[in-house]
Amino acid sequence: MVEFALPKNSRIRTGKTWPKPAGATNVRAFRIYRWNPDDGENPRVDTYHLDMDKCGPMVLDALIKIKNEIDPTLTFRRSCREGICGSCAMNIDGINTLACIYGLDEIKGDVKIYPLPHTAVVKDLIPDLNHFYAQHASIMPWLETKTNNPAKEWKQSITDRKKLDGLYECVMCACCSTSCPSYWWNSDKYLGPAALLHAYRWIVDSRDELTGERLDELEDPFKLYRCHTIMNCTKTCPKGLNPAKAIAEIKKMMVERAI
Amino acid sequence: MRYLTDRKRAEGRGAARSGTEHHWYMQASAVGLALIVPTLIYIIGRAIGSGHDAVLATFARPVPAILTGLALVVGMQHFRRGAQMAIEDYFRKSTKKTLIMLVITLSYGITATGLFALAKIVL
Repeated sequence: MVEFALPKNSRIRTGKTWPKPAGATNVRAFRIYRWNPDDGENPRVDTYHLDMDKCGPMVLDALIKIKNEIDPTLTFRRSCREGICGSCAMNIDGINTLACIYGLDEIKGDVKIYPLPHTAVVKDLIPDLNHFYAQHASIMPWLETKTNNPAKEWKQSITDRKKLDGLYECVMCACCSTSCPSYWWNSDKYLGPAALLHAYRWIVDSRDELTGERLDELEDPFKLYRCHTIMNCTKTCPKGLNPAKAIAEIKKMMVERAI
Repeated sequence: MRYLTDRKRAEGRGAARSGTEHHWYMQASAVGLALIVPTLIYIIGRAIGSGHDAVLATFARPVPAILTGLALVVGMQHFRRGAQMAIEDYFRKSTKKTLIMLVITLSYGITATGLFALAKIVL
């Protein structure tokens, strides 16, 4: 049976509440998941207070301010701060999204920040994405050709190029896959929305010559068909993409070649 | 703890090369049931309140009998495949296999019992 409850050593306890900034009038509380693999303790939720008059507009601004000015041990990934790298994916106010493009004004009340759900945690807000990346690698995310000609540039029509819109923009942040209940229960076998969206990106590319083999590799009750069109992936995608549609397109191609 | 590479864990045992037939059957049977079930409910609804002989006469007619037979066969196969998928989602190892066998037995059992009853009414 799948585990619906957290194991004992993962149950969250109340953590430290850090003092409010002196003299601030516009104060906001941030409740942030903390876990350190080195101290042997259970995870906890620490509460920080920030003066919003001295804080940037995005959740990532607040996290960086907390790390710089209150608690340097707070650990999270971040890089581009503009929604391109996908590093700062986390669960903010119950939604998987990118901290750098999620505005604090979109959240009512306290800001609750957790790592991406149903992932092993490396530390604090950092999920272990090794398996997720390996699944991405397994769909062969590159152009594969069988013929040698043309020896130089392989051209693509405007219509064919347009088929890649809504697919190539994926930044592999893992927000979609970790919001998918099917992926929660069967991530060992189900590829998840992100890997399948990428798979479709290469299947539909007019220059790729491995379409049949790619479809063969996906034809599996778990790898592809564990998608039950729940559509959490589409709802949560911080880039506004539609992985559920990409998966449906793969299923359509499977049916078209079978009947 | 097994010392496997992430790539080996991700690729598992390759692809089973099946699933499309299951997917297509569920799509097609769902459309079929969307037509069969409301019609059958209408027929049953009209028969409610009539006497025993009148109900038997209703289900002995060709259209209600064929619809009932189709509902039993298509509906139970749809149930079997759907339930199997739900079991595969939430259960593991021998529990999973046992539950799938139970669902298969149940669905075929209900189909056979229903068809037997229908045959007794019709013949």
